[in-house]
Amino acid sequence: MNARLAFWAIVRKDMKTYYLKPPNLSWGLIFPFAWMLMFYLRSQTSLDIRALLPGVVAMSVLFGTTSMLAVTITFERRSRSFERLLLAPLDLNLLMLAKTGGAIVFGALNALLPILVAAFLVDLSTLNWPAVVGSILLTAAVSTFLGLFISVAVKEVFEAQTFSNFFRFPMLFLCGLFIPVSSLPVFLRPLSYLLPLTYGTDILKAAINREGILPLWVSFPVLLIFTVGLFLFSLHNIQRKWVL
Amino acid sequence: MPELDAVPPPMGRRTDVEGTAGEVLRADTLVKRFEAVAAVDGVSFSVRRGEIFGFLGPNGAGKTTTINLLTGLARPTAGSVFLEGEEYTHRPKTAQAMMGIVPDESNLYEELSGFENLTFCAALYGLGKRQREKKAGELLEQFGLAQTGKRLFKAYSKGMKRKLTIAAGIIHEPKILFLDEPTTGIDVASARQIRILIGDLNRRGTTIFLTTHYIEEAERLCHRIAFIVNGKIIRVSSLDELMQAHQQETILQVSMEMEMEMEMEDPGLPAALRVQFPEYSILNRDERSLQVVSKGHIELLPLLRFLSTQGVKVTEAKLVRPTLEEVFVRVTGIEIERMKQEREGGKK
Repeated sequence: MNARLAFWAIVRKDMKTYYLKPPNLSWGLIFPFAWMLMFYLRSQTSLDIRALLPGVVAMSVLFGTTSMLAVTITFERRSRSFERLLLAPLDLNLLMLAKTGGAIVFGALNALLPILVAAFLVDLSTLNWPAVVGSILLTAAVSTFLGLFISVAVKEVFEAQTFSNFFRFPMLFLCGLFIPVSSLPVFLRPLSYLLPLTYGTDILKAAINREGILPLWVSFPVLLIFTVGLFLFSLHNIQRKWVL
Repeated sequence: MPELDAVPPPMGRRTDVEGTAGEVLRADTLVKRFEAVAAVDGVSFSVRRGEIFGFLGPNGAGKTTTINLLTGLARPTAGSVFLEGEEYTHRPKTAQAMMGIVPDESNLYEELSGFENLTFCAALYGLGKRQREKKAGELLEQFGLAQTGKRLFKAYSKGMKRKLTIAAGIIHEPKILFLDEPTTGIDVASARQIRILIGDLNRRGTTIFLTTHYIEEAERLCHRIAFIVNGKIIRVSSLDELMQAHQQETILQVSMEMEMEMEMEDPGLPAALRVQFPEYSILNRDERSLQVVSKGHIELLPLLRFLSTQGVKVTEAKLVRPTLEEVFVRVTGIEIERMKQEREGGKK
């Protein structure tokens, strides 16, 4: 049994049937573009654009991945085509990595758009690019796995959407994107550090504007722990709920 | 059942298994509990190489749970399952590579074409690009879908969808094919084609585990049949054994017209017959016919006289052989009408 073939077949199938479909493609372009327009139009200087870039990138990744995966998996479970994957002779870990792989790539591509546009407006040569790329990939992975966690918890597609927003919107306000964590009420700050997006945003802020509040050697491992932890927890739930 | 009545059987009744060489699949005292309820309760049977094994039972009897346990989609509370002599109860992945599974709903991908669906399913089982494209082409041809291979699955008719789902189930040449209600909810012609395909697949050597609501379908296709009721297997027999056990009985089928008001429903005419002829079993088939069953011979004249005194005009009386449906009713004690209603309900 060649598991590599099965893995890539699932990634390719998901990219073709979900992520590269015109509605999703346009959503993936329009959404980051709308964020950019909203913030950049208010910006008066190039400094503002650089200041806003981490937030726009983080939001594009978050919104491009979480509900997308939750919806596609819930949809496949409803149509029972997901059963076909569970019955294939493919290790569950590898199967779920394949299912999430397409969403991670899609989320990372979403993040490229604001960076590309910003590159025409401001000088991005001083960015810490390895940290930017690492942060985008890990934020895409953790957001996707959040979508996986949601898909295990719900049964209907509309529930997946609603549940995604339940996580996403509080996260946007608590992770330091709009309001710096240091400016949050004291009782909310611990909550902020329980959210993976806080660390992804902080890495981006440090990599783009050197404004991070945590050193990269702290943020990266914590984000990695969130990513692996969320994946393993979702796998545990899948074993418990989908393999009866 | 009009669908089956309308078409000739795709093959004669199967009485033997050609090329039998041991068992492919074995379930050993399988138990599956959902809290206090035992959905499957000590189920044991084996499926022999090269046979079509029918798995019959009403809704809620434990058919789907048993299939889930056999295919690795669920883990048993107790008991074991074996494929080719190897136990896979808690580690089903190796065994799944040798299984083809066709669920009761066509669950392929709507946004992929027929050809793409087949090659995708082949890739899930590790077939290389050239091999899977070759197999997909051959199967589309074999299943009469070659002209529509490029069409999206969502544009297929129900019958075409079901055929493609079966093709997807065998693209990796499994040792055993699980077919769950393969002809439910599709038109007469497609159902007939699928029954022919099932027979062909079996003749080419595929061992098949078939669940169906259509008892006549099982009668035409299966070598052996297991009856499951309330999570328990109550009989596993070859069709011949099953039928022979009931062919020692004499069954007289009486068709009639009522000359006066007489209830055919119990406790009407059948009850009166049971009182008058306690040595016979009386089964009412419908409003105008009933069956008189006896371990010995049946005295026709007293029966006709009695019916006449009850205001019943007999239009026909003939000796009949029991059908599998009747055997099923007697073995399980389950009214066939209930199964039919469930089947119709399931379709809706």
